[in-house]
Amino acid sequence: MWSGRRVFILAAIGSAVGLGNIWRFPYVAYENGGGAFIIPYLVALLTAGIPLLFLDYAIGHRFRGSPPLAMRRLHPKAEAIGWWQVGICFVIAVYYAVIIAWAGMYFIFSFTTAWGEDAAGFFTGEFLQVSDQVNLGFDFVPSVLIPLILVWGVVIAILAMGVQKGIARSSIVFMPLLLIMFLILVVQALFLEGAWTGLDAFFTPDWTRLGDSSIWVAAYGQIFFSLSVAFGIMITYSSYLRRKTDLTGSGFVVGFANSGFELLAGIGVFAALGFMAASSGVGVDEVAVSGIGLAFIAFPTIIAQAPAGVLLGVLFFGSLVFAGLTSLISIVEVIIAAVQDKLDWLRVKAALVVGIPMALISILLFPTTTGLNLLDVTDAFVNSFGIVAVALVAVVAMSAGFSALPRLREHINATSSVKLGRNWQIFIGGVTPVVLGYILIDTLTTRISEGYGGLPTWFVGVFGWGMVIALVLIAYLLSKIPWSHRSAAYEKNVHEPILDAELDASKSATDKTKGGETGLPETAASGSVAGERKNP
Amino acid sequence: MSASAIVMMIIALLAVWGGLGLALLNLKRHPEAIDDEEADAVLHDGASVTPVR
Repeated sequence: MWSGRRVFILAAIGSAVGLGNIWRFPYVAYENGGGAFIIPYLVALLTAGIPLLFLDYAIGHRFRGSPPLAMRRLHPKAEAIGWWQVGICFVIAVYYAVIIAWAGMYFIFSFTTAWGEDAAGFFTGEFLQVSDQVNLGFDFVPSVLIPLILVWGVVIAILAMGVQKGIARSSIVFMPLLLIMFLILVVQALFLEGAWTGLDAFFTPDWTRLGDSSIWVAAYGQIFFSLSVAFGIMITYSSYLRRKTDLTGSGFVVGFANSGFELLAGIGVFAALGFMAASSGVGVDEVAVSGIGLAFIAFPTIIAQAPAGVLLGVLFFGSLVFAGLTSLISIVEVIIAAVQDKLDWLRVKAALVVGIPMALISILLFPTTTGLNLLDVTDAFVNSFGIVAVALVAVVAMSAGFSALPRLREHINATSSVKLGRNWQIFIGGVTPVVLGYILIDTLTTRISEGYGGLPTWFVGVFGWGMVIALVLIAYLLSKIPWSHRSAAYEKNVHEPILDAELDASKSATDKTKGGETGLPETAASGSVAGERKNP
Repeated sequence: MSASAIVMMIIALLAVWGGLGLALLNLKRHPEAIDDEEADAVLHDGASVTPVR
């Protein structure tokens, strides 16, 4: 359990601020109207991002468990949604760790600018030794394998130490360090020649684009992926909060801090890209990229050419490592918490039994000459058809399915400083399903008609489509495994399940007549503490 | 930088960082409350509360 809301907020920001903030947001904003993007972006933050964050907080905080347990306590039929989220976290973790390992190596490479003149050739050639064959191979690349083992070692060690001693303490160290490093990086980038041309390209608004639906979809997509909502992390983290925690007050800080960091990244990245454009005598549009291309090809090029490039490199890759680590920790925590809840295991045992096999899978599949394509496909599919799909199912289940929103809103309002009105229910039950549904169908039709990235059909079929379908089936099967009588599912929770709308309404009325605070009925008086471990 | 780019940069920074500032201010105005079970423990036997979910 967190020692207080401050560490929860730090850990939640650590989870939300990840690689996507640094390498995805700048390009998405630039491509979608530049300065004009801020309007759909803020609208998306306030009508989907933060409301979804509150939904996760409400579920985790009220039903006090990892996603499967919290969902099961909400409604017995919802457990599979929780396992689906756990499965998604599993897939993300095994490849996400690899990118942190790369960043760790590039941190070291920065001291000597090991990539020389040809950053692109170095990355896929000398460093990753990418094979021409698209398949599953076990031809290991030691320079990725070794840092990957280290990454997993650090993550498992932190998680084995527990929520407060491990996750909270690591956030207290990593987050301020990340902020300081990143601020120095941005200031240094602003002093590069051409930096202001880069910022000009980044912020010049193209107002005509506001009428284009694609920039609105891009804004909602960015907010959604950036905040790490709807795949279990925030449910898990908020389950460790004290019961009288200001949920909305904390959520606004997390949401705006995440966006604040993204904006800072946009400034830093485009200042650096402005320098790159100026030194090669081309327009910013010709050098603007995102993702792996930005971090491992464009940035190394900039580092090799910029004055005090070593410092720039150390700060940039150091930031990637810290931003990535705090996110990876939160992703793996979801799985550990789920196993702990279902099997009633102690922390260290759960951390090792979950962490070591995950590390082995990650180590077996990705630091190989064929790992890059596998990473590309799993990343694309688990995001588009894992996270988006589970989020859509969850919001539909919470609104139309179980009519859980009024009850969850009451729960939030009982302890929070900023009270939620009916509009929150409209955002969750109305806005987000429409936007997520659109994004899902849009990507689905594109992928079906065009395939993915020119990769062989069997490869995309197995590791893309096959993987996302398997996640649903496995989630269903896991939800059918009965819970042991010693497990947390058999502990009495203060809050009854939300079974249906009518029952819900009558319960709500009973609570009110009792005169207690509606969302938190007789907590201390009942003598039953939510989710308390049973005394043997 | 063009005037419109500068204006948009300032608006974006004010909106996002200003939002963060307001959020922090709001949190500061609402100090953390002690949970009932913690208060109970202090009242009854002074035993510390085991960290629970």
